[in-house]
Amino acid sequence: MDFRFEDVDGVRTSLSEANYLADDGIAGVVYLADRLGKPILVEGPAGTGKTQLAQSVAEITGARLIRLQCYEGLDESKALYEWNYKKQLLRIQASGDDNDWSEIEDDLFSEEFLLTRPLLEAIRAEDPVLLLVDEVDRLEVETEALLLEILSEYQVSIPELGTVKANQVPLVFLTSNATRELSEALKRRCLYLYIDYPDLEREREIVMAKVPGIDANLADQVARIVRSVRQLDLKKSPSVSETLDWARTLVLLGISKVDAQAATDTVNILLKYRTDIDKAVKEFADRPDDLVDGGA
Amino acid sequence: MEDTPLLNLLSGFIVELRQAGLPVSLTENLDAMEAVTHIPIHDRDAFKYALGSTLVKNHAHWRTFEVVFEVYFSMRGDEYSLAEVGEGDEAEGEPGPPGEGAPQGGGGAMSGLTPEQLAEMLMKALMNGDQAMLRALARQAVMRYAGMEPGRPVGGTYYLYRTLRNLDLDGVLEDLMDAARDEAPEDLTQLEERLERDEFSDRIEQLKQEIEAEIRRRLVADRGIEAMARTLRKPLPEDVDFMHASREEMADLRKAIYPLTRKLAVRLARKRRHGRKGPLDFRNTIRHSLSYGGVPAEPKFRFPRPAKPEIMVVADISGSVAAFARFTLHLVYAISGQFSKVRSFVFIDGLDEVTGFFEGVEDIGEAVHRVNTEADVVWVDGHSDYGHAFGVFWERFGKDVGPKTTVMILGDARNNYHASQSWIIKDMQHKARKVYWLNPEPRAYWDTGDSIVGEYSTHCEGTFEVRNLRQLEAFVEKLV
Repeated sequence: MDFRFEDVDGVRTSLSEANYLADDGIAGVVYLADRLGKPILVEGPAGTGKTQLAQSVAEITGARLIRLQCYEGLDESKALYEWNYKKQLLRIQASGDDNDWSEIEDDLFSEEFLLTRPLLEAIRAEDPVLLLVDEVDRLEVETEALLLEILSEYQVSIPELGTVKANQVPLVFLTSNATRELSEALKRRCLYLYIDYPDLEREREIVMAKVPGIDANLADQVARIVRSVRQLDLKKSPSVSETLDWARTLVLLGISKVDAQAATDTVNILLKYRTDIDKAVKEFADRPDDLVDGGA
Repeated sequence: MEDTPLLNLLSGFIVELRQAGLPVSLTENLDAMEAVTHIPIHDRDAFKYALGSTLVKNHAHWRTFEVVFEVYFSMRGDEYSLAEVGEGDEAEGEPGPPGEGAPQGGGGAMSGLTPEQLAEMLMKALMNGDQAMLRALARQAVMRYAGMEPGRPVGGTYYLYRTLRNLDLDGVLEDLMDAARDEAPEDLTQLEERLERDEFSDRIEQLKQEIEAEIRRRLVADRGIEAMARTLRKPLPEDVDFMHASREEMADLRKAIYPLTRKLAVRLARKRRHGRKGPLDFRNTIRHSLSYGGVPAEPKFRFPRPAKPEIMVVADISGSVAAFARFTLHLVYAISGQFSKVRSFVFIDGLDEVTGFFEGVEDIGEAVHRVNTEADVVWVDGHSDYGHAFGVFWERFGKDVGPKTTVMILGDARNNYHASQSWIIKDMQHKARKVYWLNPEPRAYWDTGDSIVGEYSTHCEGTFEVRNLRQLEAFVEKLV
């Protein structure tokens, strides 16, 4: 069997060429997933680049990205496959009365009338694909079971057709925001990767890589302020994407050095809750007395 | 897989993980074995992630995993060759340390330094964030200050404490800040100062971890892997005992409670939404049967409306059980949407209503903090007096307890030998829907010393031992 990656370093370098800065853990797990032929379950706070990781891996492996967005109420017919009953109806009507019923019946449940949905599509694909199952934690526990067969055997059983096996083992990514505990059965089948907020170094590099026209000093300052903000006891800590938005804003406003005033004026890009903003402003302010007027 | 020593080590490692409470299944075990064959064994980080991603499927367990990993594989990387460990004091069987801060023999190149020089080097390394230097200094500090003796049955924390006390890291932080202020061309604004401080605290935190790891490595060399793993075994966050949590564990608990409450709220809301149909609505069914000539062909059901209980939390917030009350209040308010009304009262020997603190605030943590600092709960001497507190509660708020009210009493029932006034609980049980008592003490300690939980619990619907987050979560779910 061919492997997609040579070694861990190879993963990291090609990811960084695709503008995704991976740390050791991320690169290592992606490499292992390829070697072991196992799906990766990516968990972590919102906005830390979980979905982006899947997209970047698809980019570097040249695979087509097939995405299944999960939501409450998702079922087989949306995730796996569905029979195209309108077409089936047409087939029956078109045949008239003279045809043999058993022949029609065989015909009705053939591939021609099958509508593939993301999971089946990923299994049947001839070209290299990458399956991304986004926000698995939004599924109900019962629906999770839909995924189990695919994740462990890379096959889908269709009662009328038989079992469809994958031609190749696709890379599979599952992401979760951990709003609920996923079932043991699902976790057991996956490699687990937790993506946390990046450390100072990495965040600075991410800002440098993703925000055009930012100079090193500003990037450094942005990363450091964000780290300090994350240490506050907030409802929602700023995510990486919010950090990037903030950095872009600063660049657009032509601010080359963040002082308390600039930070206070633009903090609403970083934080999205009233109480969080108040807390952060309190920390930024030079003299705590000013913030009553300034922050309001 | 012909590498049997590695295989043995790995199975020992997995057994240890299981004993530490991590649910490692057989398939995961096999995956781990296969994963390591794909990884160059000398790359310690890759090795760690290979094991981590196959064995640990819950981020809260990662810390436990890291510690066990360190113990099992600490001396296997090339950085920590055995020669280095042998160079330490254990191998030579040196007698106890001559005194604090006195240099011990056999410490490599740095052993000739005076404590002042060492402190200066430490400052410099922290200032520049020099990783390699910090690691070397951490080793040196442990050798000098921890005073480790072979075979002495003390835990790592004791050595850590001794080392840190000698280094005086709080003082170092201030010195670093002074140095940073001197270096800056102009005065630091508050923002800049804050950033500098965070940066230095971060580096000092790294140093602490280095020191801790170093101590662990030495202990492992002294006592062997299995013995060490046992002493270092730390409970998972959800199993940490409220009453005996250390400061770091408390911080972990506080962090753990946010996702926990969120998960619980989601789960409960879902349960409610997907609830079964209500009971048969007889009247409605009969009425509809008229259109079928009196045959009840279409049964009608009542709209499911599970009763939302009214909750009264009465919590002891005296010293030892304060943390427990804090977490419970936090959890109850986080899911207050599941109750029709939540009122809370806190007491030590006096009693005060604190419902107001929680009204209209977004930040529950903040409100809980205010409860602990602002509530007026001391009547005479600030020692728990359940009898008097219940008396006040019954007199002032007893009329509000009705057939829809569930009363939760939190406390260890250590009454300092005051009168129990347990008749109040009895009356309360008659009036209220349910009365529950949550006790943060282990069941074995109940009714020992001045604990009179048995006397109260005869009048309660249920008395529960709630010592950790796991038990608390289970109870709250049951409550709804």
